[in-house]
Amino acid sequence: MNPQELLYWVRGTGLQISAAIFVFGMIYRMLHLALLGRKKSLAAPRGSEWGPGLRTMWRRSLVMPELSANGRFTIITGYVFHFGFLITLFFLSQHIDLLRAVLGFGWPALPRSVIDIAAILSIAAMIALLVHRIIDPVKRLLSDFQDYLSWMVTFLPLLTGFMLLRGIGFGYITLLTLHLLSVELLLIVAPFTKLAHMFSLFSARWYNGAFAGFKGVKA
Amino acid sequence: MSKLQRGINSFIEQIDGPIATFFTSCVHCGLCADACLFYTETQDPKYTPIHKLLPLRRIWQQEYTFWGKLMFRLGLSKPVTDAELAAWEPLVYDSCTLCGRCSLACPVGNDIVYMVRKMREGMVASGHAPEGLKGATQRAIGLGSPMGVNLNTVMTHIRNTEKETGLSVPLDKEGADYMMVLSSAEIAEYSEVFSAVTRIFHQAGVSWTMASDGFEGTNSGIQIGSSDLAAELLWRIVRAAERLKVKYVISPECGHAYTALRWEGPNLIGRPYNFQVIHITELLDQLRSEGRLRTEGLDETRMTFHDPCQMVRRGGVVEQPRNLLHMVAPNFVEMPDSGIQNWCCGGGGGVSANERAEPLRLKVFSRKKAQLDAIGVDTIVTACSNCRSMLLDGLEHNNMSVNVVGLTELIAEHLAPAAK
Ligand code: SF4
Ligand code: SF4
Repeated sequence: MNPQELLYWVRGTGLQISAAIFVFGMIYRMLHLALLGRKKSLAAPRGSEWGPGLRTMWRRSLVMPELSANGRFTIITGYVFHFGFLITLFFLSQHIDLLRAVLGFGWPALPRSVIDIAAILSIAAMIALLVHRIIDPVKRLLSDFQDYLSWMVTFLPLLTGFMLLRGIGFGYITLLTLHLLSVELLLIVAPFTKLAHMFSLFSARWYNGAFAGFKGVKA
Repeated sequence: MSKLQRGINSFIEQIDGPIATFFTSCVHCGLCADACLFYTETQDPKYTPIHKLLPLRRIWQQEYTFWGKLMFRLGLSKPVTDAELAAWEPLVYDSCTLCGRCSLACPVGNDIVYMVRKMREGMVASGHAPEGLKGATQRAIGLGSPMGVNLNTVMTHIRNTEKETGLSVPLDKEGADYMMVLSSAEIAEYSEVFSAVTRIFHQAGVSWTMASDGFEGTNSGIQIGSSDLAAELLWRIVRAAERLKVKYVISPECGHAYTALRWEGPNLIGRPYNFQVIHITELLDQLRSEGRLRTEGLDETRMTFHDPCQMVRRGGVVEQPRNLLHMVAPNFVEMPDSGIQNWCCGGGGGVSANERAEPLRLKVFSRKKAQLDAIGVDTIVTACSNCRSMLLDGLEHNNMSVNVVGLTELIAEHLAPAAK
């Protein structure tokens, strides 16, 4: 297989297979969680579950008060990484073109300079978070292999994507192939690691808010 | 079946949709550490809330996830051992008061304390619960009370109260509206509460009674994490209430009694109650708003309110104690982080019954001390007799001269004289 053929396979069949694993893997995991269910409480409720559950889904995205220096660092750097990642993912014109081909609709792209800044910030934040994971005693204790694996498969698409945009290191075809391969790796790994939090966090927050709402606790 | 196997089976059984969702969502960010007084006051990473659940997390991976199952079957993921559970016992019990503060902090929304409560079920089943808490639970089941009080103790207090107030204390009165339940600590140490409620209810014209076979609400079963024992203790109150056909059971100034009675109870006994549960603070505030509770005179001392975790953050009774305090305390001030975000006294969740945990409990009291130092008060009012004991203990340990008062007693001291 020459580089051209490899790229052809990677952007065709490879992408389809990994996208299918991502979609079905995520559906399987979320369905599994939903089907595990919970016993309905027999206690008399003081408040409702749905409203507070839905509110918590959104409100937990807001910064918490009273954090240590480590906590503040995690929150701020975490925000920078997530926003940078989502901006490059959803507002780079090449990505929108691809999504338009799949979804049938698209949206306006952001200027390249904005994407560049978002990508650089996101890459820097990820490196800072990795260093923090290693030096902060709390995070170091909590971390296992999955945490580093998840970091790696998230970092590679960002890095190769940035190199591709800037033409750094290799030729266009090589970089595009590497970028696509790294994306496919991410798609395959995500449903089976903590990266599944991208979906499950919403139901985690819903439960949290619903439990409190049931008791009439206004959190 | 070995005890370990029983414990593991219980862990597997406890894992439900929410727990699986929480473990799936955890990103190991460590933010929950900052919410937990055991971490903030010691800076020891092992006290990070989610870390206290590690064995349960592995069971979840090995039993509920595809890769975890595969790795486990291939021998690539180590099984949970007795030694590991023994090592985790102090984390799950001594360093967690079930205060629930971590559950408000987690960015992905994990209700961590929900998981600790459930993990304790497996810990008891595997035989890994602290001796102090086992003893308290055995006394509750065998003698009727973790602190060893009994009907005779209650009868003595009732007679004294009747002599002191000239009012009668109804016992086993069928058809009363409210049945009053007390905490062990109130009966054993803070018996002023007898005359306080007697006088308040007399003034407000509340139809009430106590029950000779269901007078104590403290539930060590909930704290140790055994649903079976918790249910057995709870049944005493349910049977008494249903025998006396009361409309309401009043939960005492005791946080875990409230959680046990109000929220866990019907699930423990497997059916809804034939009565409602109301916290004494809720009832007093309701009487206030109806104009049936009238106070007189003010207490000018600088006062604050310590929010009991189970009543406030985990129970939703937040405004009521404040409304009551405003009736009598013009110099009432809030602590930093008061209300939903308040810090635990350090002795909830069975920690106070666990002697082994005492040095750690007194160490982390530094958080409460800092809160108090920030406002400089003469009196702390609270509405949980366990918090009250823990506050007294912590204050003494730190040579701080601050009074600790129960809210119900404070109100009773200021009852309008016509009804005294
Ligand atoms: S704060 Fe939540 S997501 Fe972060 S480590 Fe604790 S439980 Fe996990
Ligand atoms: S419930 Fe309270 S004591 Fe227990 S881990 Fe959470 S914050 Fe710490």
